[in-house]
Amino acid sequence: MPLIVDRRRVDGRKPEELRPIKIESGILENADGSAYVEQGMTKILAAVYGPKELHPKHLADPQRALLRCRYHMAPFSTEERRSPAPSRRDVELSKVIRNALEPAIFLEEYPRSTIDLFIEVLQSDGGTRCAGIVAASVALADAGIPMRDLVSACAAGKVDGHIVLDLCYVEDQEGEADLPVAYMPKLRQITLLQMDGLLTREEFERALKLAIRGCEQIYEAQREALKRRYEAIERLVGGEGA
Amino acid sequence: MFEQRELVLPGDVLARGDFKAGDNTYKVGDEIRASRVGLVEYGEDEVSVIALNSCYDPKVGDVVVGKVVDVEINGWNVDIGGPLEAFLNVKDVIGGQPSPDIPLTRIYDVGDVVVAKIIGFHKTMMRPLLTTQGPGLGKVGRGLMVRITPTKIPRVIGRKGSMISMLLKETGCKMILGQNGYIIAIGSRKGEEMVAAALEKIERECHVPGLTDRVHEFIRSLKEGG
Amino acid sequence: MISVRRRQVIPKIKRNRILSALSRGKRLDGRDLDEYREMRFKVGLIERAEGSAEVLIGATRVLTGVKIEVGKPYPDTPDRGVLIVNAELVPLASPTFEPGPPDENAIELARVVDRALRSAEVVDFGKLCLIPGEKVLLLYVDIYVLNHAGNLIDASALSALLSLMTAKVPVYEVSESGVEETGEYRPLELLNRPITVTMAKIGDVIVVDPSLDEEEVMDARLSISVDAEGRICAVQKGGPGYFTPDEVEKCVELAFRKSEEIRGKVVEGVGQA
Repeated sequence: MPLIVDRRRVDGRKPEELRPIKIESGILENADGSAYVEQGMTKILAAVYGPKELHPKHLADPQRALLRCRYHMAPFSTEERRSPAPSRRDVELSKVIRNALEPAIFLEEYPRSTIDLFIEVLQSDGGTRCAGIVAASVALADAGIPMRDLVSACAAGKVDGHIVLDLCYVEDQEGEADLPVAYMPKLRQITLLQMDGLLTREEFERALKLAIRGCEQIYEAQREALKRRYEAIERLVGGEGA
Repeated sequence: MFEQRELVLPGDVLARGDFKAGDNTYKVGDEIRASRVGLVEYGEDEVSVIALNSCYDPKVGDVVVGKVVDVEINGWNVDIGGPLEAFLNVKDVIGGQPSPDIPLTRIYDVGDVVVAKIIGFHKTMMRPLLTTQGPGLGKVGRGLMVRITPTKIPRVIGRKGSMISMLLKETGCKMILGQNGYIIAIGSRKGEEMVAAALEKIERECHVPGLTDRVHEFIRSLKEGG
Repeated sequence: MISVRRRQVIPKIKRNRILSALSRGKRLDGRDLDEYREMRFKVGLIERAEGSAEVLIGATRVLTGVKIEVGKPYPDTPDRGVLIVNAELVPLASPTFEPGPPDENAIELARVVDRALRSAEVVDFGKLCLIPGEKVLLLYVDIYVLNHAGNLIDASALSALLSLMTAKVPVYEVSESGVEETGEYRPLELLNRPITVTMAKIGDVIVVDPSLDEEEVMDARLSISVDAEGRICAVQKGGPGYFTPDEVEKCVELAFRKSEEIRGKVVEGVGQA
């Protein structure tokens, strides 16, 4: 079954088109910071607690805060119900996501403490590690964790011979390559880079460039989401005063 | 680059050149960038950001409101809302060693709320050190405790104390402000609830100018509402 | 299986305020003793799941997803479908939740919700059989607590019920070669709608829908599930304290009254489904 017909993908998108994205910040009461992201049918919730005391104390780093990250998928998030126990994939993703966010955070500000980050996938349609990073960055900024920049993330890949942006699940499963990237646009630093599949050098370079462009677009949506909360209050309050 | 008090986000370039990097900013080359979401403040030679959310950064000399969470051999662990729990040594409460047959819980117990001053802290140290010896310090017997973002405490005080004196007058409450964002209101039940509602409003709207008047109006409407 | 949840210390001055307010018949948030916090719900938000519902009671937020799969029946009920209820107290919901397998609180929560659904015979399991002894429908009800602000039981029971009420069952074609999805769906059609009401005992006072603060100071709690026919279908006492027989009687009266109100909201919000 062809995945791209007349330069239109299974969901009607053009090869370089992102799925519709919606981001909200500060939606959970207990967490110090939180964010909800919808990218197409993928739905992700992220929350941050900290910096706070780390128990047991012997795990603490005397020079910087620990960033502890847990990527997890709800049992009802996938086509077939999955066990809530963490899979090997969950463990690997938790680690690469942590490594994607660490360069952005001023961990040295809070030695011996921990910053706990939880990413829950409520519905999965591909691109969950990237959407998870997008949500996590917004949650970290929402929590007031000091950061060098927001981290954005987006995957590119090869499907039916075309280099495409933001693969949905079926494209990831049936396509030739998948390249998730996390990027800090103001600093121009790549903090997550993975690939599986087959790409020539030229295809790899094109896909990477495309992924970075995707990151830059999503970055704007992250910024919008953070500002929107405060601007909404401004408008509400301005109305009262007027 | 930005207007005074404009909302900025981590990574935003606030200034270039000979500025000092103030609170919630960092310097990269000759650029000063924001490190937290907040309102940018351009000073004479310094650029800083008033963070809209951040955890408490303990400083020596700060008066804080904390909750006793554990009792140890020689003192108490106190939660002051910062990244690390603080420690209160018994000698910084009673000025010496207690007699061995008096359990420490008789002095302060888990769940007690105390007003304390930070007498020692350095990033590389294990935890902030507190004392409750001094005027206005010690255990709080009753009152309503509210938590706001520590960076917003100056807004609760207001320019030349305008906000806090209005709150004290209109609600008839006594208020204890901790630099760590914990505030205690002590007064009538209604008065305490009005303070809590006002603080919630300050927390939510502190980035919109005209705050003191709005809060004043709000409290008046609460009083009329009965 | 001991809970490794870290306890939050409640400040004494807050505990005293709660008790003093209760002695005046009021609660810290201004509610009456028999008043629920604002309740809101949304169904069908996880489109790819067979059913889903999010319930908010005050700031407590619980999302439940229903997944329906084909599997083997239990040996002693070869021609009946299977209901599996699981609850996750995910760490993002509270500073007191640690990552890990379900602890005693998560397990109790799942089992209490399950008990009400099972005793009230909410699902016609006979209708969920495809090939007796070999293939039946498995209903996975996964309760996901997203924000813990007290009374997880009622929010979880309600979100589980709503997700089942609005669930769609895949229609299968059974032939010699086995079982195949036709791509069509039919509604689940529940036979009953139990509503669970949780009450907390603080000193001598009984309150409905305890908030997080109230749970921290309560002596015990009692959850009573009432079905659409006015029968009690599940009861669970929790916490280290006790109830006198009179207090239990009072709780039963409250449960009947409040479950009526909640059932009304459900019917209004989602229809008879």
